Amino acid sequence: MDVMPKWAEVVLIPFISLALAAILSVIVILAIGEDPIAAVKLMVSGSLGSTYGWGYTLYYATNFMFTGLAVAVAFHAGLFNIGGEGQAMLGGLGVALVCLLVPWPHWTLALFAAAVGAALFGAAWATIPAYLQAKRGSHIVITTIMFNFIAAALLNYILVNVLRPKGSMDPATERFSETVHLPSLHDLLAPFGINFSKAAPANVSLIIAVIACILVWLLIWRTALGLEIRSYGKSGRAARYAGIGSLRITMIAMLISGGLAGMMAINNVMGEAERLVLNAVEGAGFIGIAVALMGRSHPFGIFLAAILFGFLYQGGAELALWTKIPRELIVVIQALVILFTGALDNMVRMPLEHIFLAIQRSRSAKITKPVD
Amino acid sequence: MNFTQKLFSATAAIAIAAGAALAEPALIFDLGGKFDKSFNEAAFNGAERWAKETGGKFLEIELQSEAQREQALRRFAESGANPIVMAGFAFADALGQVAADYPDTKFTIIDMVVDAPNVRSVVFNEHEGSYLVGMLAAKASKSGTVGFIGGMDIPLIRKFACGYAQGVKSVNPDAKIVANMTGTTPAAWNDPVKGSELTKAQISQGADVVYAAAGGTGVGVLQTAADEGILSIGVDSNQNYMHSGKVLTSMMKRVDNAVFSAFSDGTDMETGFMVMGLANGGVGYSLDEHNADLISASMRDAVDDASDKIAGGKLAVHNYMDDDNCPALDF
Repeated sequence: MDVMPKWAEVVLIPFISLALAAILSVIVILAIGEDPIAAVKLMVSGSLGSTYGWGYTLYYATNFMFTGLAVAVAFHAGLFNIGGEGQAMLGGLGVALVCLLVPWPHWTLALFAAAVGAALFGAAWATIPAYLQAKRGSHIVITTIMFNFIAAALLNYILVNVLRPKGSMDPATERFSETVHLPSLHDLLAPFGINFSKAAPANVSLIIAVIACILVWLLIWRTALGLEIRSYGKSGRAARYAGIGSLRITMIAMLISGGLAGMMAINNVMGEAERLVLNAVEGAGFIGIAVALMGRSHPFGIFLAAILFGFLYQGGAELALWTKIPRELIVVIQALVILFTGALDNMVRMPLEHIFLAIQRSRSAKITKPVD
Repeated sequence: MNFTQKLFSATAAIAIAAGAALAEPALIFDLGGKFDKSFNEAAFNGAERWAKETGGKFLEIELQSEAQREQALRRFAESGANPIVMAGFAFADALGQVAADYPDTKFTIIDMVVDAPNVRSVVFNEHEGSYLVGMLAAKASKSGTVGFIGGMDIPLIRKFACGYAQGVKSVNPDAKIVANMTGTTPAAWNDPVKGSELTKAQISQGADVVYAAAGGTGVGVLQTAADEGILSIGVDSNQNYMHSGKVLTSMMKRVDNAVFSAFSDGTDMETGFMVMGLANGGVGYSLDEHNADLISASMRDAVDDASDKIAGGKLAVHNYMDDDNCPALDF
């Protein structure tokens, strides 16, 4: 039963969580002797005040959209996929192989192939944990997180020993050719007369991410498979009784999840770095969990939460650039937001539910009085 | 500088209390962070020394993500910072993209070569310095087994390990070298607990001198070595003081000098390729009051002799980067 009206669920709870995180952040900044108002101004103007700032904000947001969707799809099936990090790393490997091994004539073809490659590699990396969960009951939280480390080790080996150009100090592949260069938002918006910053890394992958949001929404709420995934997630036993195979749903949900996480690589590997570096994912897989939690596993919520986290990342970078606020405290501020929106959800939710229950009771008491 | 850039830097200067005046130098730390007691801290110390001696101010940033490399370079360049020094090989690709866009800004990159008219590339001969501390390790070792603990398994660390192994073998051809890497993610550069575990594991294999080339992880290596009563070797900065009498020596990589000289040269900095080796004091081993009792006169003579030979070109230490191969150690 829904205790709260929809608007409170979707707007009020995240807003209060954010406000609490902001208040604590202000205290933190005050405690180290910096000016919180100047810091907030700097964060907002640096990440939203120019097309340059937006370019970075949207670049990070694109990463988080993919990983957030990945976590959300698994959530709907009742699976907690913490392996987005490793799946995105492998996705990067898929993109790098597609871009390096095939001489693509045009970026559109390359983007399509790279997206498929990224999704396949990401999905492949999710296969084993999914199978172990479905067949052997090995807990998916444990297996996916362990696969993150295996992915890091594998990527390290491949980059240092196989894909690194000879004599290069950097454990990274060589640069992809110019033809697979993805158009940035600057290139895309120029025909419309919008002068978007050239330096910012946001690129055409953003559009793919938005399309992915729409497709995930269609999948989860408008297809039979989506219904099966959701029923399995709500109650595995009831779903099995209704003839929904647990092996099938676990595998399909995890493959889609892994594929989405892997597809993040078209943004960071193909769109930004244009080569595969060792540290390409840098935590986006884990941020995806917070994004999915905050977005209530709904693609539109994820879209908004991803932009919020993009803002935090880019705003944090601006703070690091122009103030003496140490990096660790910027992480603290980012972590506070994650803590309040993700982990401490119930802290805000329960008092609110009580309030709404009380309101409902007093209302229904008024209505039902004559009947009694 | 065009109008928008001027406007931009002006607003940026207003927006922050410590505004960026023109021609302040800037220093960009790598992901390991400023206070790693090692590579990045050495860079920071060089900048601080410059600031103290000249009374100048400098801009700095500790990176949080790969995408920030190019971002930080561009933002500092646009704000008028000059020269811009970056500590770490991983900046090479971003600098290669950015350098040409700011022909009036001078850049210094440490540990990697970027070929551009406004870039100074500073490369250290870590294998030479590591060779010397390897000799000392072999001479100090009683068990004939010495250890090496790296951060991540990347070419730079293999270069350290390879030089070290050659130094060890030059003294004791039968010596056993136990080499381990801390991890596979960047966290490996700042994981003292894992460093401590690896040290214990190496001790159980017989090692009685351990060389740490692992950034902040080395703090745990040195600590455990001191606790367990074996010797350790520090890296990059002089770490002898951290456990006086328990740290055999430190492989000094004078990143601080590289930063200091770039800052001192300012906008007139000469660009081009710069090798910092034994010959010009870019690398070396540390000798101070903390380890004076550990290094005997004969040890010092042997190492100084080798040092002179390497500097004079009479003794060649194989550089792992030349052929991605090491004659003294398998990876």
